Amino acid sequence: MSDMDKTHSAHPSPRKYLMVASALVVLTAIEVGIFYVESLGKGIIPILFILSAFKFALVGMFYMHLRYDSRLFSIFFITGLVLASLVTLALMTLFGMFN
Amino acid sequence: MANLNTTHSEHEEHTTTGLNNRKMLMWAFLGSDCMFFAALIATYVIYSGQIVGGGPVPEDVFSIPVTSVSTFVLLMSSMSMVLAYSALVRGQIKNFQIWILSTAFLGMTFIGFQVFEFRDFVLHGLTPKTNLFGSTFFVLTGFHGAHVTLGIIWLLSLYFFSLRGGVTPERHLDVDLAALYWHFVDVVWIVIFTVVYLLGVFPGI
Repeated sequence: MSDMDKTHSAHPSPRKYLMVASALVVLTAIEVGIFYVESLGKGIIPILFILSAFKFALVGMFYMHLRYDSRLFSIFFITGLVLASLVTLALMTLFGMFN
Repeated sequence: MANLNTTHSEHEEHTTTGLNNRKMLMWAFLGSDCMFFAALIATYVIYSGQIVGGGPVPEDVFSIPVTSVSTFVLLMSSMSMVLAYSALVRGQIKNFQIWILSTAFLGMTFIGFQVFEFRDFVLHGLTPKTNLFGSTFFVLTGFHGAHVTLGIIWLLSLYFFSLRGGVTPERHLDVDLAALYWHFVDVVWIVIFTVVYLLGVFPGI
């Protein structure tokens, strides 16, 4: 039996998948709701990033099964994500976005 | 068929990491695709504010209510994809077929929204050649749309393959790989929706 098959039985139940979907919908609704609160000003940036990161993590952990599969898969994906973030930050710095 | 399944299981057992090589390759691809989209998103963020040569700006063309609905559709497609996979591993082939067809349909609906949006933007005078906002926006969302389209073709292939008995619980990895790809296009959209649409036109910034 492969490693994947060993962890396979630990995958969430359909009920849990539906709960994650509900959370994703609620978080998206909050994002859109916050968008219309103009008084937040630049304070909206960290709020939206946190909500977006939370949605990203929910999909990654539960729908892509990173929480249940081998840690090596998480390392592959997170390495790509870290490099992607560095590419973004480097480009934005290079073009004076933080000045 | 039995022969194919046997070969498949044997391949899963003999790897140096103890993990399936195809799944490992898919994760490596998704990790590299993150960098691809990061470069496109960074380019959009840098250039979208530089409206050299006139033409529409994000505030003129974006419709947050419409994009919110298309985002909802894509999130629901991720849910139906994971339910398709769940049905397959439980041996419920009929349910698997219903859910995977639903996923493909929701994906097509998302693409329909994107076509509607692109057409609307062109009618507002925004094309990839109009200004830097147009160029970077169409390249970024166009590549995402191309990923979704490829995913739809993959899902429909699995559906038709399942009608011929080619998709079985023992061969769940074939569906697992498609599901990983599909969820990836979903997480990329989660980022695009926030960075490009919501932060792109927020009046308070």
